[in-house]
Order: sequence, then structure tokens, then C-alpha cells
Amino acid sequence: MESIGVLMVCPMNSYLEHELEKRFNLFRFWTVPEKSAFLATNKNSIRAVVGNSSAGADAELIEVLPKLEIVASFSVGLDKIDLAKCKEKGIRVTNTPDVLTDDVADLAIGLMLAVLRKLCESDRYVRSGKWKKGDYRLTTKFTGKKVGIIGLGRIGMAVAKRAEAFSCPISYYSRTEKPEIKYKYYPGVVELAANCDILVVACSLTEETLHIINREVIDALGPKGVLINVGRGPHVDEPELVSALVERRLGGAGLDVFEHEPEVPEELFGLDNLVLLPHVGSGTVETRQAMADLVIGNLEAHFLNKPLLTPVV
Amino acid sequence: MNNTCVLVTCPMFTYLEQELETRFNLFKLWDHSSSKAEFFNNYSSSIKAVVGNTKVGADAKLIDSLPNLEIVASYSVGLDKIDLDKCKQRGIKVTNTPDVLTDDVADLAIGLALAVLRKVCVCDQFVRSGNWINGDFGLATKFSGKSVGIVGLGRIGSAIAKRAEAFQCPISYHSRSKKPNTNYKYYLNIVDLAANCEILVVACALTEETHHIVNRKVIDALGPKGFLINIARGAHVDEPELVSALLEGRLGGAGLDVFENEPEPPEQLFALDNVVLVPHVGSDTGETSKAMADLVISNLEAHFKGKPLLTPVI
Repeated sequence: MESIGVLMVCPMNSYLEHELEKRFNLFRFWTVPEKSAFLATNKNSIRAVVGNSSAGADAELIEVLPKLEIVASFSVGLDKIDLAKCKEKGIRVTNTPDVLTDDVADLAIGLMLAVLRKLCESDRYVRSGKWKKGDYRLTTKFTGKKVGIIGLGRIGMAVAKRAEAFSCPISYYSRTEKPEIKYKYYPGVVELAANCDILVVACSLTEETLHIINREVIDALGPKGVLINVGRGPHVDEPELVSALVERRLGGAGLDVFEHEPEVPEELFGLDNLVLLPHVGSGTVETRQAMADLVIGNLEAHFLNKPLLTPVV
Repeated sequence: MNNTCVLVTCPMFTYLEQELETRFNLFKLWDHSSSKAEFFNNYSSSIKAVVGNTKVGADAKLIDSLPNLEIVASYSVGLDKIDLDKCKQRGIKVTNTPDVLTDDVADLAIGLALAVLRKVCVCDQFVRSGNWINGDFGLATKFSGKSVGIVGLGRIGSAIAKRAEAFQCPISYHSRSKKPNTNYKYYLNIVDLAANCEILVVACALTEETHHIVNRKVIDALGPKGFLINIARGAHVDEPELVSALLEGRLGGAGLDVFENEPEPPEQLFALDNVVLVPHVGSDTGETSKAMADLVISNLEAHFKGKPLLTPVI
């Protein structure tokens, strides 16, 4: 398989790069100074693209690779892949579901605890020596707070299961009600937001869910409400979120994703009711290895004409 | 009851002080710090109740100086700052604040574990300093599925276990004796517990027996991939041993809410990114502080009305 050209679109994981190099002819797109020249030269040997949550395979890239057979994403999210174009051209698509579910759900709970109990703020308080001058102020209890989840897929369910152990009543919004689920369903996000203390975004990013968290939802969540985003930055109308936080119309937020990563609105940096993370939802040694193995497993299966492990298209 | 004299030992919670003031003749020990002898001369025989907490309780010296002391109501669940033997000897009642703070302390234990393993505070700082523009953050450690060993399976220990189970963490524990109604694995020896878990959580009461229960041997057994979470008392841990283990990489990391010399934790820890340090905030939420204060008040009222105490220890 060493002659099969695989195009990795951005740096994502050295272990994955090494494993791909052992098996295929790996092209690291980000090291190429003249991208159009590179593509003109190599387009006929590239049969696979490996993307992630930052960069995937848009229509433009797909069009310029006539031998492209498979896009294997090092992510579970598919928003950076033009799925319609792939379907049209019979290009297979795989992602990395399940192996990262625990990590993302853990992080959602970690963000809730860190925001409500002000863990990062109080850690800074200790390290600055301020504790000598006086105790830190009172924070907000987490146990028993109502948690509303947008999107009750694998990750949403994993968040719910964990939050239940803290006696948090769970409610959710999704495209359709799930009758077998005992959690309370709300047919609209605004209604969900009005009836929970902590709102968690855990759905996939599509045209429908773009800016699903808008001014109305933020107002409904209110000055005692907390928003947790472990979905995608574009799920949230970021300027609206920023002004709500700065003006204290929203109680707090735990954010792992932003509209224009790695740029984060600087007005947030001075606020003490937030926790801001650099898109580390699946960023553990254990999980990234499992994701990489799944990407490799899918590519090998494809080129050996075996069933894909985690096909999307 | 307005003329019943109550002594509160240190500032703990304004709401509590206000509520005490409306019901009793309240004396604040810290108002008299420059004239202690005079204060005790004038008032010591009128004081019938002491309200203490984790910082200043009721030691032998204080108890001895109050000949008519009837009750010590602690604004805490921990009793390590109260001379229980002296109280028993004198027939002085003691109450604390169990149950109402169990959830908060257990939440903090899990919050610390997640924050340490997933480097939450380090990442937050990374973003706020603008460093994300220069490259992605490195990889952290997965929490789900890690084995959790709990020292002390009382109310708080059990609440921690219940939460950790939702993350599929196998649970084991060490306590003075095996608990009959649990499926968790029991270790008679704390070193064995530490050797067989990845995250060790201290959740027992501080007594003579549990002083420095987490010592060099335990830390070595926990090892360079192990994590220590302490939401109990600073004195549970041999702090110099802990500090050198962390500095030398012999322990993987720690989440600490308590220290041997509060409010001065060891400054050598401040530069480490595998520790999370919080200022003894285990039960410091608005909701729980009020519930604890209400319990202190209720216990005192019950005592002075000759009714059964709500949460007596002795």
C-alpha cells in the first residue's frame, strides 16, 4: 500500500503521522509552500484525505482530487467535510465516534464544576498569595442543578449519565423526541434554556444548528444560567454570548470551542465566571491514540476491500 | 434566649453571625484579641456556647477558661479542632454539620480530579494568555475508567464513590473496618490501596490514627502515574514528602483543598502544572454555607430550649 497517496490536511497527531507513513505515501499538506502546484503534480496519486475538526475536505479540495476514494476524519464531527459532494462522487467518509465519547463528556462535567465552583479562579487566588489576606468568596453548588442538553446522541447521553450521579435533573432538546428516554423533552431550545440551570451543547454542527444558541436562548438561560459548549464554536452566536457575559446577563460559561479558533474574544479574558479551553475535548493521550488507530483501521479496511469500521457515507 | 451568651471563635460567615446576634448575646473572640485577659475576666463565666469551625475550634485551653460552657456547635463536619475528650469529661455537648455539606465536598473531589487529569486550569490560563495562537495545547490524561481509591468510606467517601462510578471508575477503599453493604473492593492496608489505584482520595476524619496517613510509602505506592486528591485535612498528608514527590516527578499530580498550614500552602507547588490548589473551599457554596449556619442555629436553639439536638456528636 506504500504507493497509495494519503493527504493529511493539517498537523493533528504525530503517532498518526508515523503510522500513516509506515503504510502509505503520506503528504503533509501544511508543509507544502505552493499548494496549487503540489496538487497539480500529485492529484492523481492521492486516494485518501485525513482531516480533523480544524480542516477537512471541502468541495474545492474534493474537486481537485480526481482519484479521491475516502475521507477519514480524525474527529467525530463532520462539519468540515462536504458530505453531499462525497455522496455525489461515491467517496467514502469515516469518523471517530465512541472512542472519544467519554473524554468529551468528562470535559463537559469538568467545565460545569470548574465554572460553578470557580476552580481556576480559586487556584489562581492561591498561587497569587491572596489566601493569606482572606478567604475566597462563596461559589455555587453543582449537585442538584438542572442540566439541559442539546443533542442527546452518544456524547449527550454520556453527559446525562454523569450528571445524574450528581442528582441533576436532566432535560433535553433534539430534532425528535426519544420516547424510550426518561429525561424531560422540550420541543424548543428557548424552552429548554428557560427551564434549566446549566445548558450543554452536545449536538452536531449542521445548517440547522448553526447559531442554535442565539440572543433569545441566552436571555432565557439568564443571569443565573451557565452555558457549556463542547460542540462547535458556530453553534453559538459568539458576539451575543460575549456581550451577555460582559453585561452579566448570563451567569457564566464553560467553553471548549469558539467560532474562529484559535482566536478567542479577548473581552472574555478578564471575566471570572468563565472557563476557556483550547478545544481539548478529546485531547488525552489515551483517546487520541484510539482515534488514530480508528483512522488507520478504516483506511486499511478500505484499501483491502474490507468493511469500513466507522463509515458515515 | 437573648441574654444567653455565645462566643464565636473567628469570622466564618456573616449570615451566621447575624442570625446568632438576633437570638443570643453574641461575643466575637477576634474583637477582643488585644484584650483577651480582660475579656475572659469579665465574660468567661457567662458564656454557655461556643461556635467554632475548621480554623479555630474549642481546644482544652478555651474549654478550661469557660466554666459554664454547655455546648460547642461546630460550623463544620470535621471535629479535629475540638477537644472531644475534655467535652465528654465536662459533660459539654458537641454538634457539627454533617450531611448538608456532603454533596459539595464530593463535587469538589471530582472537580479536582477532572481539573488535574485534564489540566483544566492550565488550559484556561493557556487561552487567556493568548498562547493558543502559537499552537495547540498538549495532551492530558483521560479520567473515565481510572481506578479510584478512597480513604474513608463515610458520607463523603460514599458520595465520591457514587459520582466516580458514573465515569466507570472502579472503586476501592481503605477504612478502619470493612463496610458490610458495599461491593467496592476493600484494602486493609492503605499502601495496598495506593498501589492498586490511579487516583487516591482522602475522605476520612482527622484523628491521631489518621495523622499523616498519606506518607512516603503511600506516595511511592501511588507513583509517577498516580494522583492524590485531598479534600479532608492538611494534616492527613506528610506535606514535605508530598512536595518533594511532586517536584521530583515521583507522583503524577495532586488536587488539594487543604494544607498543613492554611492559609499558606507550600510555594514550591505554585509553579507546577500537575497540581490544582484551592483555598479550603470544600463546603463554601452559598447554598451549603446557609444550610450549615441554619444547622448550627437550630442545634443551639434546641439545646437552650431543652429539646433534642439535631446533629449531636456527643
